[in-house]
Amino acid sequence: MPQERVECPIPGKIISVSVSQGSVVKEGDELCLLESMKMENPILAPVGGTVTRIDLARGQAVEAGYLLAIIEY
Amino acid sequence: MLDIFQTGFAGLTPGSVVMLVIGGALLYLGIAKKMEPLLLVPIGFAVILVNLPFGGLMETVVDGQVYDYYVIGGQPVGVLAKVFTFGLTWELIPVFIFLGLGAMTDFGPIIANPKTLLLGAGAQFGVFLALFLALLLGFSINEAASIGIIGGADGPTSIFLSNRLAPTFIGTIAVAAYTYMALVPIIQPPVIKLLTTKKERAIYMKPQLRPVSRTEKIVFPVMAAVIIILLVPLSAPLIGLFMLGNLLKESGVTERLAESAGGALINVLTILLGLSVGAFMSAQNFLRLDSLMVFGLGILAFAASTAFGILLAKLMNVFLKEKINPMIGAAGVSAVPMAARVVQKMGQQANPRNFLLMQAMGPNIAGVIGTATVAGIFLGALG
Repeated sequence: MPQERVECPIPGKIISVSVSQGSVVKEGDELCLLESMKMENPILAPVGGTVTRIDLARGQAVEAGYLLAIIEY
Repeated sequence: MLDIFQTGFAGLTPGSVVMLVIGGALLYLGIAKKMEPLLLVPIGFAVILVNLPFGGLMETVVDGQVYDYYVIGGQPVGVLAKVFTFGLTWELIPVFIFLGLGAMTDFGPIIANPKTLLLGAGAQFGVFLALFLALLLGFSINEAASIGIIGGADGPTSIFLSNRLAPTFIGTIAVAAYTYMALVPIIQPPVIKLLTTKKERAIYMKPQLRPVSRTEKIVFPVMAAVIIILLVPLSAPLIGLFMLGNLLKESGVTERLAESAGGALINVLTILLGLSVGAFMSAQNFLRLDSLMVFGLGILAFAASTAFGILLAKLMNVFLKEKINPMIGAAGVSAVPMAARVVQKMGQQANPRNFLLMQAMGPNIAGVIGTATVAGIFLGALG
């Protein structure tokens, strides 16, 4: 199955995680909320599929390029 | 003099009642709708206070005659009239707010991608369009320039300019500028949708900008101040303090000053600004046909600035190999970070891979510089 790796676009802090491992998502569904530059930014699923990896804790600081999730489709 | 048992009821007029309702509406927008609450709450409350009869908060004296509302050029007697005179007429508040804004601004996105400076300039065409429309409607050139600057969506700059060029409109222009800044998420999307196709909105831009060194960040505000003030001398108060504020932040050795400028100082000034702008809005100063026209032209100026920014971005795409998402041009108005946020959101809607926030911050910050510079040009030509 092809995989889509969702990387963190800009440095920030995870304030909530909306999906868990095994969740089925549609394109455009929210994966998590990233706080950056004093704003809450949703990170969206670039493709529809199954989340096979999401390893994030609330409050976790993330750098740009950090692997947020993997979606198989 | 009031009698010992005299109340304010006898002094209520239809105009003051309308203003009380407007004050209440501003409070509602600020508190319930969370639109620019830091400004609309003090402004709205001050509107209510100053339109309650006999309070004397904005009392001014002109040629021995006492007025219970603010008269430009009069002797301030009421406590808020004094704040207004020293803070706005003397220009202390808008200029020092720029110091604080500078201390809160990160020029990184502009330094990494200087092309975006152009987009911040492009949006200023909306200012000139509104200026000409205002002239056609019979406003004087000084008034028209102050109305046009609302299109830049920059509150302190609008206040600074109208105080010099069209002081009778300062309250209206300030309220219009701040209202439209709050309405960015409502005004901009239809303009953006009208001027771009879904395919254009979906254009993907790499979120990552190149890293910017500390030296670049220190040199930028100094060089920018020198170049802009040499080109447009009368932009010195706004641009000068804006760049100083940024240098305080980036120098790495004045953290305490940057913290105060971007925190405590700007908060204090925001309270005083909100109070004095709101207190200026007595029925006599606000309920006039020309005030309503200022509001109408202001929103037009703002929509036009958004449109010109997008059109310029589309024009740039004709020449650029790596296409930019034309929406980031809409962020060329100075409402930071509201405009960048709108672009970010609409970019994600069109293409979930898009994350345009950093790309949009470039034109957004360039818009602040652009509007303050245009204000300097107007002052030079008209002041």
